[in-house]
Amino acid sequence: MTGNLHTLPSASGHTRLRNLRAEAPSASGARFWSFGGTVLKILGLAVFAFLLFGPLANLVLWSVAERWYTPFKLPVSYGTRYWEVVFRPTGDAMSSLMTSVSIACLTVLVALAVSVPAGYALARLKLPWRTALMILFLLPQAFPSVAIYINVARVFYSLGLTGTITGVVLVHAAHGLVYSVWIAAAAFAAVDRDLELAARNIGASPLRTFFTITLPLAMPGIMASAIFVFLESLDEFTGTFFVGVPQVTTLPLLLYNASMGGNYQIASITALILLVPSVLFMIVIERFLKADVLSKVGQ
Amino acid sequence: MGPVNAPVAAAIDIDHLQVSYGSQQVLHGVSLTVQPGEFIAILGSSGCGKTTLLRTIAGFQKASGGAIRLFGRDVVAMPPEKRGMAMMFQSYALWPHMTVLGNVGYGLRLRGVGKDEIRARVAGVLKMLNLSGLEDRKVTNLSGGQRQRVALGRALAIEPDILLLDEPLSNLDAKVRIQLRSEIKALQNRLGFTAIHVTHDREEAMTMADRIVVMDAGRIAQMGTPKEVFDRPNSPFVASFMGAENTIHLDVRSNSAGVEVQAGPGPSIRWDGEVPVGPVTAYFRDDVASLDAPDARRDGSIVLPGTITQRTYPGGHYRYVVAIGDRHFTVTDDDYHELDRPVGLRLPLASLHLFPSESKGENHA
Repeated sequence: MTGNLHTLPSASGHTRLRNLRAEAPSASGARFWSFGGTVLKILGLAVFAFLLFGPLANLVLWSVAERWYTPFKLPVSYGTRYWEVVFRPTGDAMSSLMTSVSIACLTVLVALAVSVPAGYALARLKLPWRTALMILFLLPQAFPSVAIYINVARVFYSLGLTGTITGVVLVHAAHGLVYSVWIAAAAFAAVDRDLELAARNIGASPLRTFFTITLPLAMPGIMASAIFVFLESLDEFTGTFFVGVPQVTTLPLLLYNASMGGNYQIASITALILLVPSVLFMIVIERFLKADVLSKVGQ
Repeated sequence: MGPVNAPVAAAIDIDHLQVSYGSQQVLHGVSLTVQPGEFIAILGSSGCGKTTLLRTIAGFQKASGGAIRLFGRDVVAMPPEKRGMAMMFQSYALWPHMTVLGNVGYGLRLRGVGKDEIRARVAGVLKMLNLSGLEDRKVTNLSGGQRQRVALGRALAIEPDILLLDEPLSNLDAKVRIQLRSEIKALQNRLGFTAIHVTHDREEAMTMADRIVVMDAGRIAQMGTPKEVFDRPNSPFVASFMGAENTIHLDVRSNSAGVEVQAGPGPSIRWDGEVPVGPVTAYFRDDVASLDAPDARRDGSIVLPGTITQRTYPGGHYRYVVAIGDRHFTVTDDDYHELDRPVGLRLPLASLHLFPSESKGENHA
């Protein structure tokens, strides 16, 4: 895949580009220059597209390559054998996918259990150490993660949490809390105070007001934070590696093991599977994160 | 409105209410009694504490001293949901995730009313507000006037004894505002609730209220019927707030039959009205002044000589700016006059609000 910068991921794009390059030198004079400009633009676009889609195309190629070795620029033989291996119900990939998704879901639950009350408190109450608290949730992201996770693993070991789903979920939740708390605080802050007061005024208790007015109105922001936490958990590697191995194998760990073991087909397919939720969520998240919420993040 | 010393408990009885934000005191002991069915307007410029007073009555703001009694029951320590009133907000405060039905029926749902009955009662409220058939509309798809009507419906659906209005009309177009003004007033007459309306719009307060409370810097400056407050302001502040923003300095000397009033170097006028003696400042609205001959002498009026410096025709009559010394006054007259013509500005003493000059009313000069 390297060496030829003009290669496009699709075969048709590849040939079209080659035709253009073949025509360009045959033209002459002004026509040559205007044509040259067009070619340059197309080349620029091609480079851009390659940088974006090249690695992805490589993944796709690897996932369907049954045999591919050094002198050849393209796989020697194609097939879906490895897809079958991955999607075999008894295979490692499916079980680690299940592990990954359940860990991600549990992480979301844990993070929400903290971020909904914490976000509401940060948005509504006049807390004396508000900024310090906000920064506290940022801490797990602020230090070198390996150093932190080695220590976390040591503490968890003494608590009997290493190698358990609970341990991994806790690590992921701590990691995701910065998103969920900050976004939830912004989502609650974006709910107009008068809307709550209007409910209290005509007889709703504080709890009832929270569940019928505040929470539904903050829900889009909270959904966005849940999505971020879910994706973070799905992709998380370092913490899982130090706390979960060897009993808990998530998709990123499987990917790591497969690529370390030279099994690029399995690694590529795993990577593609990991890509699906990210792409899906990125499409929907734009609907949840409104400008009025975004403008309040971190305030 | 109702008799002042009625045997029934007052709808709202506020007794030396104090509110502070941190170390800054916003209300300095406000006392106010509102009879059942009365419509009170609290009028004041921004920052005078009128909204704080309303929010303290509603329970959104904690009082630091004093009492609030609703029908004899002290509510000063009660949370807002226990106080049994309803409020209209300047921002409408409609819940965007609910339909019109959801918004108006919310209070009924809280009170455990059945689904069908909620629908029926909400339909009744919407009919009263000319919103029939909009039950399932999203509130975000309504115009400003419709939104504020829905907010009124939400407040009225729980049949409150007391309705609080926090500048609910100030975000609306002039036309809708005037229309809603009379609708709210008509509904109040029909349903008989007690209303407290906070506004900075003098005309709105005058047209809607039975009684006006003018507030200044966390205190009540004056209370009374619109006519009392308008015609007999008790301080320079109230006078200028009610539109008497022009000032002139006069000298008042007592004599045997009454007083003699003198403006500057001109002749003195005998008068028998009740006025303070000594140097006084007179406050008056543009519309009490009229044009006269520069040397005219009228009983009960002072005439100040000046010249016309500007003339406009806003329709129906001419509007002139008259310069007297270095002061300028606006006056309307039916007739056409040339610029630079010497005229007299005639001010009937009965329409002037006179206060001793030492008062802080100098600020308004």
